[in-house]
Amino acid sequence: MSEVKPDLVDVQIDGVWHQFPKGTRLIEACRQAGAEVPHYCYHPKLTSPGNCRMCLVETGMPPRPAPGAEPPQPDESGHLPISWIPRPVIACANTVAPNMGIRTTGAITEGCREGVMEFLLANHPLDCPICDQAGECTLQEYSVEHGKGESRFREKKVKKPKNVEVGPRVRLDDERCIMCSRCIRFTDEIADDPVLGFTDRGSHTVLTVYPGRELANNYSLNTVDICPVGALTSNDFRFQMRVWFMRETNTIDVNCATGCNITVYSRQNKIYRVVPRQNNDVNSDWMPDSHRLNFHWIDGESRLAEPMVKENGGHRVASWAEALAKTADKLASLSGAEIAVIASARMTNEELFLVNRLVKQIGAGHVEVVPRLGEADGYLISADRNPNTNGVKLVLGIESPGSGLEGVKSGIEEGRIKAVLCLQENLVEDGGFSPELLGKLDFLLATYPLANPTTGLADVVLPGACWAEKSGTMINVAGRLQRLNKAVEGPGQTREPWEIVRDLIQALGGGNGIYSVTELFNQLASEVPEFKGLSWGQIGDLGISLIDTGETIPAIEREKQRKAAGLIVG
Amino acid sequence: MAIIVQRPKLKWWENLYLPGLISGMRVTLGHFFAILLRKKKVTMQYPEEKWDAHLPDHYRGAPALVTDDQGRERCVACQLCEFICPPRAITIKPEEIPAEDKWAKVEKRPRAFEIDMIRCIYCGLCEEVCPEQAIFLRKDYAITGTSRAEMVHDKKRLYEIGGVRTGLVNKWNELK
Repeated sequence: MSEVKPDLVDVQIDGVWHQFPKGTRLIEACRQAGAEVPHYCYHPKLTSPGNCRMCLVETGMPPRPAPGAEPPQPDESGHLPISWIPRPVIACANTVAPNMGIRTTGAITEGCREGVMEFLLANHPLDCPICDQAGECTLQEYSVEHGKGESRFREKKVKKPKNVEVGPRVRLDDERCIMCSRCIRFTDEIADDPVLGFTDRGSHTVLTVYPGRELANNYSLNTVDICPVGALTSNDFRFQMRVWFMRETNTIDVNCATGCNITVYSRQNKIYRVVPRQNNDVNSDWMPDSHRLNFHWIDGESRLAEPMVKENGGHRVASWAEALAKTADKLASLSGAEIAVIASARMTNEELFLVNRLVKQIGAGHVEVVPRLGEADGYLISADRNPNTNGVKLVLGIESPGSGLEGVKSGIEEGRIKAVLCLQENLVEDGGFSPELLGKLDFLLATYPLANPTTGLADVVLPGACWAEKSGTMINVAGRLQRLNKAVEGPGQTREPWEIVRDLIQALGGGNGIYSVTELFNQLASEVPEFKGLSWGQIGDLGISLIDTGETIPAIEREKQRKAAGLIVG
Repeated sequence: MAIIVQRPKLKWWENLYLPGLISGMRVTLGHFFAILLRKKKVTMQYPEEKWDAHLPDHYRGAPALVTDDQGRERCVACQLCEFICPPRAITIKPEEIPAEDKWAKVEKRPRAFEIDMIRCIYCGLCEEVCPEQAIFLRKDYAITGTSRAEMVHDKKRLYEIGGVRTGLVNKWNELK
């Protein structure tokens, strides 16, 4: 035996020796060694029941000598010879042992995979042309690698329920199900809502929802993501678009302060679906349904696409230059104390950084954001429904965001505040400003992606891009700096909010030559101490921990406990 | 691996090119005089006369959708033809078949199926890729229109051209 660290064991994978920590599952060891083992039921975030049998591999251990016989001698590399076991074992639930050998190829392993594939496909309906999973289906992928290409099954296929509504957002096709039980384990272990289960026996086994119950919890669509086949599909995405057409953009969710990492799937500038992206420090592999489905308004009817100015009680479309010039003229006629800037905690750090410059330039007497508070759900939804409250504190320098809103309201009431710049916020519906109150203003500028009561009252309306149409960074509830990436172009004349604020600064005479959001980030990094030394590329797709807020994400804490207890790989 | 092609060794009179030129000219002039003396006719009087009777079975004309002998529209809107189409002439918008429909078990069908015949290059890849035997290249070759919009074949027009096709695989039968 070669010299190893106490917690590492030597394992031979496909003829090459590697070292792994004790307790590593065979499947993870093989993956790290570059030999991917096909699997259906195994998921690193769930327990391993080992019921799909797809990950069978051939293993071996040093031979145990018969009593009185010579013990085996190590070879020149220090490893004992391996005597191969004729019976394969599952790689997902077994752990590595010292001097173990694993073969992920060879007659036994490949024969097992082909056998498992043939059984799985015997009753499979083969309706790939209508199945939403086609293109990202492991059954398709593995049948290319390990399938026979034709069926020897000449009998009638077993009929099972199809097109079953198991919940308000999830559709079940039992004929496609391969009984991996991932969804059952997810609802039981992660979502704490165990409503799914298997009934009947043998080839008549079906996945069903408990009588009188439905898969309705706010994490139900995660079962669709982890389903390795097309048994569970999303009602929202059903038949909308084939997966191979869509472009993937890695970005983050902005519906709460957790900032779940997501991938946006779009084609021809239209978003078709949002799915969670793995980040073990933020959202694991999951995200809430309510956040996932909150994107349909992006190409909705009420999007603002052109700058508009108010004339004779109505709005008319104007050019950017005209709208900005009108704003600049009005602001120049007022003193700084008469102007309030209401920014948004949904803005990125870069946008807030420019807002800060704008505030300084016009000497605005008030700067505030609108708070959004809800209830935390104990999983991934944070009580703070604004995605970048920490950014507001850090970049805009507001100690307790939202506390000064009442002051702004009374200022308008008393006539001390004559103009409000409402940036990416909805003052009437979310900020508690009554239309009568805003009516007292001399001048109201509103930027927002959608037409709303505030933009209806505004003297100048500027179309600002929404979260999927802009790039930038945000700081989540746990103090993690994460990147937002542009997935689609905004409609019409829409501009990204940082461009709008930059143009406002320029229209007010403060020239600056910022032309990209990365350039802006560099300026931010050189001026805000917490960002010192950071670059855009350094943040990466998974973000970096920037500040310590003392807050944690409950679902992640539970996952860490489960990992420490050895229940899951993590 | 490079292949060296042996060039034919020409004789000196072949190198002159004149014998080749003259024999070629003899064929041309032969046709010329035959037509001049009305002994032979080589022009087809299109459009009074048409190619239709002479088209081979493998002729690739306008692509079209077909219904089968049970009256079911074969297309299930899998969008593979849209994916494979080199000039991107095909646009499909899928929809779910309502539960009360006779073919509700098929679950999916095209809500809109458009082929832009200005873009179509008649390559036949859509027919080749179709897993449902739903799209075929027919023998229609005179595809004309007076506007761009007219040149886009919609679902209705595609089924008109395609018609009913029998003898196809019955994939969606009750036993399956």
